[in-house]
Amino acid sequence: MEDIEHIPKELKLIDAKGIRLDGRRFDELRPIRIEAGVLKKADGSAYLEWGNNKVLAAVYGPREAHPRHLQDPAKALVQCRYNMAPFSVTDRKRPGPDRRSVEISKVISEAFASVVFVEQFPRTSVDIFIEVLQADAGTRCAGLTAASVALADAGIPMRDLVASCASGKIGGVVALDLNKDEDNFGEADCPMAIVPRSGEIVLLQMDGHLTADEFDKAMNLSINATKRIYDLQRDALRRRYASVAEAAAQEAMREPVRSEEPPREMPPDLPPEVDDL
Amino acid sequence: MTAEVISELMREHIARLAASGKRNDGRRFDEPRPLVVQKNYIKNAEGSARIQLGNTDVLVGVKIDVGEPYPDTPNQGVLSTSAELIPMASPNFEAGPPSPTAIELARVVDRGIRESKTVNVEKLCITPKEKVWIMFIDIHALDYDGNLFDAASYGALAALSCAKVPASKIGKKDYPLPLEHWPISVTSAKIGGNIVVDPNLDEERIADARLTVTTDENGDIRAMQKGLKGSFNLDEVRAAIRTSQKVGRGIRGIVQRD
Repeated sequence: MEDIEHIPKELKLIDAKGIRLDGRRFDELRPIRIEAGVLKKADGSAYLEWGNNKVLAAVYGPREAHPRHLQDPAKALVQCRYNMAPFSVTDRKRPGPDRRSVEISKVISEAFASVVFVEQFPRTSVDIFIEVLQADAGTRCAGLTAASVALADAGIPMRDLVASCASGKIGGVVALDLNKDEDNFGEADCPMAIVPRSGEIVLLQMDGHLTADEFDKAMNLSINATKRIYDLQRDALRRRYASVAEAAAQEAMREPVRSEEPPREMPPDLPPEVDDL
Repeated sequence: MTAEVISELMREHIARLAASGKRNDGRRFDEPRPLVVQKNYIKNAEGSARIQLGNTDVLVGVKIDVGEPYPDTPNQGVLSTSAELIPMASPNFEAGPPSPTAIELARVVDRGIRESKTVNVEKLCITPKEKVWIMFIDIHALDYDGNLFDAASYGALAALSCAKVPASKIGKKDYPLPLEHWPISVTSAKIGGNIVVDPNLDEERIADARLTVTTDENGDIRAMQKGLKGSFNLDEVRAAIRTSQKVGRGIRGIVQRD
């Protein structure tokens, strides 16, 4: 939003028919694809593509919080590190945290803190790592959406998933999910994250210029979009656990029955097997 | 700010007061603390202001110097905002590199000033692509009794409003910084189910969530930042916006006055 200087005067972010530069209408999301459980070492992980954004999220924990003086004797910390790869943007980004990523890490940590059942894991930390591999505006929403799936994949007890999306204003029109050009040359951007079932807004930022009515419109667009994003998140988790269950079933089929070994005696007090997990 | 022990008595006390429509310092929910603005507080700064918002005390200095423009904005002056939470201001502040809290504070203040185009940066170009005026806004917290966001943002605006571009350094006449808008941030805190404006330290420490809304003289929204671990529903956000518009008008008058 800073480099208004070199906008070509004729650049129209949205035309008379309401079509944006990438062919979307004002209320259309970019294509989103989510895959859960993509990393081996992490306790939970997710990969997400959102338009031209590519984001990985990993979750470790609950594990002992370090440094120890940060430990909370009553609950777990939720600590997020949002990081952009140097090659993720047009001009190389210097590696390591800058002020922007420190702020984003802070607001994302806070967004998850009210959703995770932190009381269950005193003195521990739930560590969330978000790596932006390719950036095209909306990376904090993409990262948060992916991290939410990674938390669930790690089996962290949560009240609900968190879904995130941004809306803004381009060429005088309130529009959903701005891409890079729209973010750079548009009038406002307002990222938010919500707990879909309760409607609690856990992240909200805004910069630019919106009237109170335009803000309302933008929030309604975002809230509607997060419903769809929530479905995609749950789909990704279902696919992940469907494939785990399938693999387990195949494994069981392949197991040869070794007849020479006598069946192991069961202890008499074993409860009946439960197979409807 | 950092993790600290909060008296359970205080927590319960404030929550109980809030439930009956009261606050521990006797204010109404939508009433900010008294604001005192002293402009030109530091002689060696091109602009400065000391802000007392209740017992919160913040000094903001603006230094203006010649520097290079960003390549993508060759005709525009540059704005840079930093905040220092010095150990003097609170037993919970520590010396060292800026904490995430200080970084967030500086960036939220910066966003309000930048996004409302407070300073006409095109008038700060000396030689396109080569030399422009750079404004450094430095926020120095002196005494922290809650709501640094608003105190610092009023300080930044007041300091900019009395700042002079030191053009005599390059053989021209000094001129006032070209100020075009007056963005005012108003922070609301959620305590239990209630929302109070301009939280004091006791309130801030037990607040579930915080929302800073910066509006301009037309009541339009220029920047927002939600903070802390709790949440707001959409109606609460709308109410915070209306409060910011209303309370902001009164505060703008005080900051504009000399």
